[in-house]
Parts: sequence; C-alpha cells; structure tokens
Amino acid sequence: MREEWTGFVGGTWENQVNVRDFIQRNYTPYTGDESFLCGPTDATQKLWAQVLELSKKEREAGGVLDMDTKVVSTLTSHAAGYLNKDLEKIVGFQTDAPFKRALMPYGGIRMAMKACSDNGYEVDPEIVEFFTVHRKTHNAGVFDVYTDEMRVARTNHIITGLPDAYGRGRIIGDYRRVALYGIDRLIEDKKEQKNLCGSIMLPDVIRDREEIAEQIRALGELKKMAAIYGCDISKPAKNVQEAIQATYFGYLGAVKEQNGAAMSLGRTATFLDCYAERDLANGTFTESEIQEFIDHFVMKLRLIKFARTPEYNSIFAGDPVWVTESLGGMGVDGRPLVSKMSFRFLNTLDNLGTAPEPNMTVLWSPRLPENWKKYCAKMSIKTSSIQYENDDVMRPLHGDDYAIACCVSSMVVGKEMQFFGARANLAKCLLYAMNGGIDEITKVQVGPKYRPITSEYLDYDEVMAVYDDMMKWQASLYVNTLNVIHYMHDKYCYERLQMALHDKEVKRYFATGIAGLSVVADSLSAIKYAKVKAIRDEDGLIVDFETEGEFPKYGNNDDRVDSIACEIVTRFMNYVRSNPVYRNGVPTTSILTITSNVSYGKNTGNTPDGRKKGQPFAPGANPMHGRDKKGAAASLASVAKLPFRDSQDGISNTFSIIPNALGKEDAVFMGDLDIDLETVK
Amino acid sequence: MIGRIHSTETFGTVDGPGIRYVVFMQGCPMRCMYCHNPDTWTIGAGREVTVDDLMTEYDGCKEFYTGGGITVTGGEPLMQIEFLTEFFTTAKLRGIHTCIDTSGIVFNRQSPEFMEKIDKLLALTDLVMLDIKHINNAEHQKLCKQPNTNILDFATYLSEINKSVWLRHVVVPGITDNPTYLAQLGEFLATLNNIRALDVLPYHTMGVVKYEKLGIDYPLKGVPPLPKAEAIKARDIIFAAWKKRRQELKAEGKD
Repeated sequence: MREEWTGFVGGTWENQVNVRDFIQRNYTPYTGDESFLCGPTDATQKLWAQVLELSKKEREAGGVLDMDTKVVSTLTSHAAGYLNKDLEKIVGFQTDAPFKRALMPYGGIRMAMKACSDNGYEVDPEIVEFFTVHRKTHNAGVFDVYTDEMRVARTNHIITGLPDAYGRGRIIGDYRRVALYGIDRLIEDKKEQKNLCGSIMLPDVIRDREEIAEQIRALGELKKMAAIYGCDISKPAKNVQEAIQATYFGYLGAVKEQNGAAMSLGRTATFLDCYAERDLANGTFTESEIQEFIDHFVMKLRLIKFARTPEYNSIFAGDPVWVTESLGGMGVDGRPLVSKMSFRFLNTLDNLGTAPEPNMTVLWSPRLPENWKKYCAKMSIKTSSIQYENDDVMRPLHGDDYAIACCVSSMVVGKEMQFFGARANLAKCLLYAMNGGIDEITKVQVGPKYRPITSEYLDYDEVMAVYDDMMKWQASLYVNTLNVIHYMHDKYCYERLQMALHDKEVKRYFATGIAGLSVVADSLSAIKYAKVKAIRDEDGLIVDFETEGEFPKYGNNDDRVDSIACEIVTRFMNYVRSNPVYRNGVPTTSILTITSNVSYGKNTGNTPDGRKKGQPFAPGANPMHGRDKKGAAASLASVAKLPFRDSQDGISNTFSIIPNALGKEDAVFMGDLDIDLETVK
Repeated sequence: MIGRIHSTETFGTVDGPGIRYVVFMQGCPMRCMYCHNPDTWTIGAGREVTVDDLMTEYDGCKEFYTGGGITVTGGEPLMQIEFLTEFFTTAKLRGIHTCIDTSGIVFNRQSPEFMEKIDKLLALTDLVMLDIKHINNAEHQKLCKQPNTNILDFATYLSEINKSVWLRHVVVPGITDNPTYLAQLGEFLATLNNIRALDVLPYHTMGVVKYEKLGIDYPLKGVPPLPKAEAIKARDIIFAAWKKRRQELKAEGKD
C-alpha cells in the first residue's frame, strides 16, 4: 500500500480509480448528536469579517467589485490570490484576488462582453477580436447551425433559458479523486484509457482520443495551478487538510474554466471524514482544527463568483453558482452515509452564518439516524438554508455514490453526467395549441399551422387533441435544438477538467425541463370540470378566458386534477424520448424552475385557469399560489404523485413555512409536565 | 352519519402532538371576543361530510401522520358528539391518535343522556385540549357570552376519569393578563391531576380580516397583540400559583 494510505483499509480502490469503494471500506457512520462540534476559531472569524466587509463593498459597488477584462481565465492564468495568506488553511481563488470575477469567453464572447459592459467594464478589444475572428465560441457555433424555426421559438419563449450563449454546467467532476489518488496517477489512468480508444479513425474514435488528450492536458495544468499556491497535488493527500485542499483544487480548476449554469461540488463530506477519523485517531489534528479546515473550505465555496449579465441574474434570481454538496443518504448495505463531516458541513451555517451557498443538500430517508434528522431539522428552522432530496427514490436508480447537480439533478459521481437542457414552456404550448401555433403575445406564427380551436366554449377532448399534437411538435423542436447546443458545447467549450475526473465510459443524461405544469393542470381541469369560454381579439386569436363554476385545483390531493398533471408529464416525456438525441444521451426531464418561473410567467398570456398574462408561474412542481386549500400535506401529496420515472431529472417543490407554524415554541409551551411541577423553573 | 365541517387542514402542527389531520367542525355556541374563527360560528352551515370522506382525506396524507394523528376542533366539536364518536371509532380501529380541541361549554353532568354520550366519545379519545378562556365567571360571561361553570366542571370531570389534557389559555392584554386571575387559574389547575401540558397563547390579531370579510364588528378593535415576553410572564404566574397551591394541598393531605 502507498505510504499516504497507511491506516486505511485496502481494496479494489487501490488498483482502480474507485472512490466509492474507498469510502465503503473506510468510513465511520456517525449516529451521535452534534455535541462534538466546535465553534469558529479566531482565524475563521477574522477571515469571515474580511469577507463580510468585501461583500458590503461589492453591494455598494452595485453587485460587482472587480472584473478581469484582459486575462482569459485558464487553470494557470492567474497568480495566487488570498484574503490573508497567514490565516487561510484552505487556499485558492478563481483569479488573483477575492471578489474579482474572471473573464470566460469560450461560451460566447458577446455574453462575456455584455457581462462586463453591464457592470461598467470593457473587455480588452484584442480579446474581443481574437474570439470573434480567430477563435470560435460555443455561442457562435450554435447560431451558425440554428434553423429559422429554432430562432423564432427561442425569441418567443416557447422554449427558454437555453444554454446557447453561456456555459451549460450541471457536470460534477469527481473532485475527490484528486485527493485520493493525486494527479500523476489520474494522468496514468487517462493515458491507459486513451490507448483503449480503438484505432480505426472514424469521428467517434477521433473525438474520444482528442477529448482524452485534452483531459490529460487539463490534469497537468491543474497540478501547475496548485503549485502556484505552493501545493503539490501530484501524489495522494496525506491528511484531512491536504484532502480538503486537493478536493477544492479540483473544484477550483473547474470554476476557473467553466462559467456553468450550475457548478456543483458533489458528495465529498463522508469521503473527507475518512481522513478526519484517521487524523483524530493519530492525533494529527484536533476537532477544532478539522472544523476550521471545513469552515475555510466552505468560505472559499461561498466566494465562487462569475461574470454575468442582469438578464441572466433575472432568470436565475440573484447570482447563484449552485455549489451543491450532497450530504447523508443511506448506503445500499443499509448503513447510513452520515459521518461527523456531514455535521461539520452544516455546522458552518453556525460558524459563518447563514448563506445560500454552498447549497447544502440533505439526501433524506426515514431510516437516517435520529440525531442527524434532528440536527438537520434544527438547522433548517434556524437558517432556512438546507435543501432536502428523497434518497429513497434516487438510490435504487443511482446507488449510493450519486450527487445532486444544481438543485435536483442526480448523477453518479464520476460515472454519469448531464447535458443541461433548460425548459419548455408547457403553458404557452397549450395556448399555441388553441391558436394554431400563433404566439398569443407577439402574434407571430411560431408553431406549425395546426387546426386551431374555433368553438366559443372549450371542449376538453378537443383541446387535449390539439394540445397533444402541439406538445409533440414542441418536444421535437426542443430536443433538436438541444442537439445543436450540446454538439457545439462539446466542440468549443468542452469541460476537459471535469471530464478528466470522470470514467472513460460515461452515461450522459440528456436533460430537458418543463415549466408551467400547475398552470396547465389547472387550465385543463377548468376546461374539463367547469365551463370555459374563449375570448378572442380582433384577429380571432384566443387571448383570454371566462370560467364559470368550480373546478378541482392541483395541490389539494384531488385525483381528478392531479391525474391530469401526471398525464401531461408522462406524455411530454414520451415525446421527448421519441426523438433521436446527441451522443446516445438518455433523455430525462425535470420540473424544477425555482426562480425563473417569474420570467416564464411574464412571457405567457392569459391561461384558462384564471392566471392573468404576465403573472408568475408557480415554482417547479408547486401548485399555483393560494390554490392549495387543504394545507401543506395535501399540497405535497399532489406533488408526490408526479411520476419520477418520467421526470427523473428531478421534481422540486418550494416550501416556506413560518417557524411558529412548525409547532409550539419551547419558551411558551410546556409539554410533558411533571405532575409535581418540580421540573418547571 | 353526516357531519358539518368548516374545513380541514392536512398539515396541522399546533393542535396536538406531531403532524395532524385537523378537522374544523362547524357551529359554536360561544362568542368569544377574540375568536379567530368567526366563520365557524353559525350552526347548521358549512359543508356536509361523512366519516368516510374524512378518512379518505386522512389516508391521502397518512404518511405524514406517523407521529401525529387526528384533531377535531372548530367551532365547538362537542356539538356534533355523535358524529365525532363515529369518526373516532373508525380512527381507533386503525390505531390513530385522536384529540379533541374543545371549550367544554356543552358539558352537562346533570344529563345522564349527555354523560353517556361523552363517556363513549372520551373512551375513544387519547387527548383533550381544553381551552379555559377565563377563570372568573363574571369575566368569562363578558368575554364569551356564556358562564364558565360547565367548562370548569368538565375540567374536573376529565381529572376524575384521568383523561390526558393539554390546557390552553389565551392571554389578552387588558382582559386575561390580570395577575390575580392568572394566579386563580393556576390554583384551579392545582386541583387537577391530568394536565399534561400548559399552552399559554399570546393574543394575536390574525382573525381580524375574517371579521371584515364577514361584515362583523371586531369586538377587540385596538387591542394590540400580546408580546411573547408577556406570555412567558403570564405562564410563570400561572405556574407559581399552581405550584404553591399544589404544595398546600399536599400539606393538607388532599393530594
């Protein structure tokens, strides 16, 4: 066994790159409570105060403190950057200074220029010229190929948020590999893979060989990047500090190269805990020191920043990176994958205060240790910063070493990836169906000239028939458009480092998404169970609706309408599946808009459910605001009916509740009274 | 049998232990000045349901209720005592935890007919949440348009049969926050042996909009919500008196 691994239980992982095997043989499930946790050290508090000061300056400066306009970001493009070199236990920034946003033009030079100019900066003209004349970008490639139909569908928002001008993201490199194996070993492994590529030089083989060559180059550069910070990551990490640092370097390399729509971290906590347990046993580090490493790691993750336009921020509401870390979950052998490190990650919310990043995501199962569940609940009530995902529905599909990219997309770390696909506006599609493909707002013929609805009162079967045809068209156009996007992204903005931290044979999910599901379900329910009159404008277009009578609304656990929602999801997914997809992707769909529901609603006319033009959709798979009348359990039960097999990329439900509505406050309510009242103060 | 309900809540977290399916029964003889559900007052209004209807709705969300159960509140649930009995018979057959949130106003020890009914229902009830609005009868009459005699007697009866009770008391500024009355409440509680929890609720004004909607004058117009610190103070007064009286009773050998 290698010297760095002394003390670990050996296994398959020694001879092949297999992080899961390492974890399974070496991790210590933790079923205790949070009492072992340590608070922030002085260094942590000093550094965080500095961050808060810089954040304040950034806000005062209008949202951006500094931008790089001259140096194109690569793994080795910048000198080392620090908050305070003497205090930082985990180091590394995207550029040579914290809060300075890097220039990443490979997704599209125009987007990069706009991100700068909207924030008062200007990209160096030489760089603009280079990426306009000499080096093509992903965005330029896509627009060379787009058909007229794709362009008009895009500008009319029937398919929206497409990653055709920015990085697609949603790929999680197995950053743990850097720590466990060191770069040299990973390069060797990739070289072997390259030799296995086959030798008949047809396009697939050529692409594979070229991509692996790029991956090897990226790994070499990552080693250099670490060296800029005085770190050697060519060999395996020797202790928990080095393991966290190496894992972070892997991630940092990814966010220096890619400005993706979601740049998630993976599932690192319990992996890192193997090192922490070993160090605690050997007396290498104390609990307080280990917590400090994690606090500094999380601090760095909170400071990942990208140059983005105000439009981008309005779609994604704010400046999100989606540094998602998946915590907990159950192992396939029945042991919980909760370790002390899972607790330490959540403890950063106390030590550094509440923050949306990293997006701490608890993989939930009723079988998780009680103490962990209680701690999660406590921290949720305290911070509102924890996301929950259903481990029991994902584990059968992905096993126990998957992670969440962005907010809901599940993938096995290092073995599966996703082509991110934004979403199709299904509510708008319903209006297209009734209007024979004409956009209800712009009045442009966007969809095919199918038969419109001509009757005054809407008939459910008739509407469903035209809707079905229009959905078929929408799904087909959507998949076809995504085929262009992913081809070009692979070609001009390839995620070489992230893919270097994957196996050679990768399962590629071809993700699509749905917006407006609850609007469609309620609209169809209105047409089926109430009387809906179509109101037409002077051009004969249906632009409004009058609904008489009551109809069941999605979100009340009422099968009459919930079944419509399920049916729509299944139909749409089947139409997606019936199209050929790029690179043998496995089609999936998600129902997950968490913030962009506002902008989708803005671009969609009146709908038969009574929603007015411009009003926001409900987020994700949520019922429309205020229509769920029977309380949260019934509302969640409606959402839970949606078929996961047909929305495998995830179903999200945004759930807010005031703490008082979660139960009695201990201060006022005295339960389990001792009859002698001796326990009462 | 048909019951009349105002509404249901599938995610009740403050009406008994755990997450609960809460049924708001329609109709109430009380007219408490601070009532935040005036829309449940009218007797004979509301929606007609069967026990089956309610159990179907319960079943649709039953995964949520593993640590909770069913609570009936209102309105005054005991006005539909036969319906409740049928409902809880079904629930207990299924092993579901049952709870009644009541004012106790309809309790009547003098009526053998009523006592037979209430005994039957209480045998199917795991927990009673009893709301004592005011300990002083004259003040109670002013506050709720009804005397508190039956209510206090119900509390005593529940103690006699050793039925678990969570006691609730709403503290309204200027009405029930008087330390003398709070202490009297504590002294009364000391005579009971079945109180499992005391829930001192600070008065809030969230019901006001409902009055506006219904076109009823809000009787407590201008009364500010009670700050949490005041509620804790009130709770401490109740407890202090409760403890003291309990010790006295012990000394008198009446415990």
